[in-house]
Amino acid sequence: MRLAFFGGLYSNYLALEAAIADAKRRDVQKVFCLGDMGAFGPHPDRVVSLLRDADVTCVQGNYDDSIGNELADCQCGYTDPRDNLFAQISYDYTLEKTSPDHRRWLRELPASLDLERSGVRMHLCHGSPRRTNEFLWESTASDAFLDRLIEPTGAEVVLGTHTGLHWTRTTPRGRRFVNVGVLGRPANDGRTNVWYTLVDLSEHRAGAGPGVEVEFVPVEYDFGRLSDEMRQEGLPGEFVTTIESGWWTTCLEVLPSRERRRGRY
Amino acid sequence: MSIASTDPGQVSLAGLDELWFQVAGTRCNLACTHCFISCSPHNDSFGFLSMEVVRKSLIESVGWGVREYYFTGGEPFLNPDLVEMLVLALEYGPATVLTNATVLKDEWLERLRGAEEQGRYSLEFRVSIDGPDAATNDPIRGEGTFDRAMCGVERLVRHGVLPIITMTRTWAEADDQRVLSRFRDVLAQHGCDRPRLKVLPRLLIGAEAIRTCGYGKTDRVSARMLDGYDSDQLICSHSRTVTDSGVFVCPILLDEPSARLGGTLAEADRSFTLDHGACVTCYQYGAICTNPSGQSYEQMGGGAGGVAT
Repeated sequence: MRLAFFGGLYSNYLALEAAIADAKRRDVQKVFCLGDMGAFGPHPDRVVSLLRDADVTCVQGNYDDSIGNELADCQCGYTDPRDNLFAQISYDYTLEKTSPDHRRWLRELPASLDLERSGVRMHLCHGSPRRTNEFLWESTASDAFLDRLIEPTGAEVVLGTHTGLHWTRTTPRGRRFVNVGVLGRPANDGRTNVWYTLVDLSEHRAGAGPGVEVEFVPVEYDFGRLSDEMRQEGLPGEFVTTIESGWWTTCLEVLPSRERRRGRY
Repeated sequence: MSIASTDPGQVSLAGLDELWFQVAGTRCNLACTHCFISCSPHNDSFGFLSMEVVRKSLIESVGWGVREYYFTGGEPFLNPDLVEMLVLALEYGPATVLTNATVLKDEWLERLRGAEEQGRYSLEFRVSIDGPDAATNDPIRGEGTFDRAMCGVERLVRHGVLPIITMTRTWAEADDQRVLSRFRDVLAQHGCDRPRLKVLPRLLIGAEAIRTCGYGKTDRVSARMLDGYDSDQLICSHSRTVTDSGVFVCPILLDEPSARLGGTLAEADRSFTLDHGACVTCYQYGAICTNPSGQSYEQMGGGAGGVAT
């Protein structure tokens, strides 16, 4: 069985369209989104319509909780005042442009999902199994910590997003954590594509454990059109630069040193 | 049973996310006038941790599911085993060392950067500099310490380190943005153009209580104040500190006998009564000891979990 996962749409409806089409071409049987539909990009209603039309099963991110409940900010937890300034511009724009019907839909999304496919138990969350807005960075999550987080879920595979950077690890106890990446902005690698994740599951075989294959898939999309629309909507130029260059220009303060070094800024 | 307004709050250990090592005890080459545990070259209240204690604690920490390790003092680099301790810690998880950056050596940094590059975890250097200029920093940390620390920052940058700069606020909170902006400019002039900055509140204990004033008797976190409060903001709900004199609830309250929770991590797995003035500062500001990458803010609302069919 082949499943597709993505998260962090950040209103990038063009990348979402491209990812859903790509997943269909690859015979994906079910598509999941792990939250944070809005922020950063233009016309936030468009991603929600696409998700609903394509019957994507969704988990709520911190942004969705904020927009759905019309909170004062996005609960992203940035520490740099500059990040918070840009985040607030983006948040106010997204809240204003999200229809009441879509706000209601975002509000009612579940904070997590448990499912079993091909005998593999999976736990879907946004940040971590214990907290929606917890950052699980590859370089700051010890093996022992991942095992402790995964244990109470009873799952063999835990999937999350939230940080914007995709990665996966199998722990010493044989459990798998997958950060499925984000479709909303590039992965701070100087490339304009974004990422989603394919998971191929096969039945347990005696002594072999669950068969779980994870593949990160690059998605090309019309980023020029997205950046034009971001400018037209008056969104911060720093965000547009990220879309056009592939380098993060904001939200850098929360990056651990290993992840920060890979970027330009 | 109702909670009296004067009952102190209690916080249990929800999980051991961070393990702190008081690796240099209270020994420091500086004698900062705001130090909450009064570290100096002459303070022997707590001594160096041995490699053996650190090694045993790291092994034990796996069973606790510890996320990351912090090494503090005093000045950690005074401990002659620190570099090898950090190299060992990086085999278990991410590590952070809190330094004043005045005693760093190139060979240590080469070794540490090499260990970080060979492993999978981040090694963070948190450098304490209490303001963007000598006029702000030196009255607190000692004459000439601003220039010495900036030399240390330059050395770190030469080795590819992206330091976290922490500063204790000795200015009005309203001036934070001006100070941070100035600090970014100054650091950039020293080659550090991608700093992560963290402002810390003053803790009115230790030397700081003498420099300014201490807490009042009513400066306490009551049980009622914890109603609806996100206890994850308090380090005592997710950390413990290993010292040469046992395991303490946090790296701040080392001078408080009641903050020693036991001789081992297992003994220290019990609730703590917030019966200290400094607890109010933690309560007020939240997550003051944690790196920016490890913080998470209080989550409001959120839907319940579900089962997909």
